[in-house]
Amino acid sequence: MAFNIRSAYAIYRREMGRAFRTAFQSILSPVLTTSLYFVVFGTVIGARMEPVGGVPYGAFIIPGLLMLTLLGETTSNASFGIYMPRFTGTIYELLSAPVGVAETLAGFVGAAATKGLILAAIILGTATFFVDYEIKYPVLAAFYIMLVASSFALFGFILGIWADSFEKLGIIPLLILTPLTFLGGTFYSIRDLPAPWDAVALANPIAFLVSGLRFSFYGVADVPIGVSLGLTLGFLALCILVITVIFRTGWRLRE
Amino acid sequence: MNVPILSIRGLTKTYKGGTRALDNVDLDIRPGEIFALLGPNGAGKTTLIGAVCGMVRPTGGSITAFGQDLSRDWRSARARIGLVPQELATDMFETVWRAISYSRGLFGQPSNPARLEEILRSLSLWDKKDAQIRSLSGGMKRRVLIAKALAHEPELLFLDEPTAGVDVELRKDMWQQIAALKKRGVTIILTTHYIEEAEEMADRVGIIRGGRILMVDEKAAMMDRLGTTEAVIALAAPLSAIPPELAGFPIEIAKGAMQIIYRGGNGQGGGRAQVAQLTQAMTRAQIAYTSLDIHDSSLEDIFVGLLGEKEAA
Repeated sequence: MAFNIRSAYAIYRREMGRAFRTAFQSILSPVLTTSLYFVVFGTVIGARMEPVGGVPYGAFIIPGLLMLTLLGETTSNASFGIYMPRFTGTIYELLSAPVGVAETLAGFVGAAATKGLILAAIILGTATFFVDYEIKYPVLAAFYIMLVASSFALFGFILGIWADSFEKLGIIPLLILTPLTFLGGTFYSIRDLPAPWDAVALANPIAFLVSGLRFSFYGVADVPIGVSLGLTLGFLALCILVITVIFRTGWRLRE
Repeated sequence: MNVPILSIRGLTKTYKGGTRALDNVDLDIRPGEIFALLGPNGAGKTTLIGAVCGMVRPTGGSITAFGQDLSRDWRSARARIGLVPQELATDMFETVWRAISYSRGLFGQPSNPARLEEILRSLSLWDKKDAQIRSLSGGMKRRVLIAKALAHEPELLFLDEPTAGVDVELRKDMWQQIAALKKRGVTIILTTHYIEEAEEMADRVGIIRGGRILMVDEKAAMMDRLGTTEAVIALAAPLSAIPPELAGFPIEIAKGAMQIIYRGGNGQGGGRAQVAQLTQAMTRAQIAYTSLDIHDSSLEDIFVGLLGEKEAA
């Protein structure tokens, strides 16, 4: 049977409603945090730093900071979106509805990705108050942000199904994604690291994401853009595969 | 007999750890009926509902709804099934209106505010449409769950313990609403602990225990077949033995020969008629009595007796 667009839209609208209902937590809070980074690292410390790869330091850190927020927020939003119905028992309605994996993902992941994009737009707007920057490849940047937001929304969805406690829900974004993003070249270029740390840093997949986004902003990257795009698309495909298997087997969803 | 709206064959569910919640269940539900599934806690009622509604993956067997195999044509079949769960599980921060609009959309139905208004009015929730669900009383929250289940206009509705924790007045109110749904042609399957509820509303009753259906029958036929009347007749003077005039009645002498106890009949008035004949026969035999207490067995008596028998067996 064909994709049920009404079902997908119902989920999407409800998830977006939840975001606006909790606007302070889901939008204002990350914007405030990122603004503080811009003030401290971009304006105060950045003024004393040398340009990196020809890009002023304040502008250099924008893609990394954007990635930091994007990864954390889309993962958290999507994981929370599916975990809460499991926790409160309202998942019964989703499971008993004529809704398959496609509608569920379009609704939950689409909403998480949309929230990520709104957040990205607000952060980029906020950044203009603190640093001067121009995006060299805006279409590529928009595509890349959408790709990363969708991929990590899918990842968050898997996380929300895997987690069986609020603690587990917070572990991955806080203890894995945030440190990896910090160490993935958000505040520096991996190429400036001394050997062997420059090679070690490339074992961190987030480094490829930060590099890819930075390329779309300024045309400078630690790794070729094709590798970054390929890795992100591969991650997206892997997440879709895992979710399809979860729905087929009913793992942690159906008894 | 009509073609069943729901047909279950050999349905089995064994949970991890080996608990067999459903054991080779066969069940047919007729269109337009109210079917009550009775059973003690852990009997398999909620698992059975879960298997039909998609929350539980059966280990074996088949489910056909509206003539469609639920494992293959689950989308079209599920679009026509509604579920009111046992737990008060709903998004407490949503308003009533948004919650039921979401439910309708989720089941693939186009927006229809007039229909939703009708549902809310029928459940006396229209005044609360803009209230957050968390601000409502327990009874109203349960009605919101019913409204959500009705939002996509299902033809087959599962009510899992619909009146659990609901006060007597509201319970009777819900019975009326369920009766109204039946009038509109909705087929209803309800599980309940309140046997009075099944007695009041059900056309047919199924008794489940240990994952097995022990009996399915028309409520009236079940009462007729298994129901009894008990009459306790207090005598004015002791009676040492049953006189020949009363020999044909199913009676015994009790309480120091000061009582005659009658146990018989069919639960559909036959017992009472025989008790009347018994008292006439006693009068003819000049056996005086001071009081008469008659009690027809309820569905609950039958249910408890049946479960007791199976346990003993």
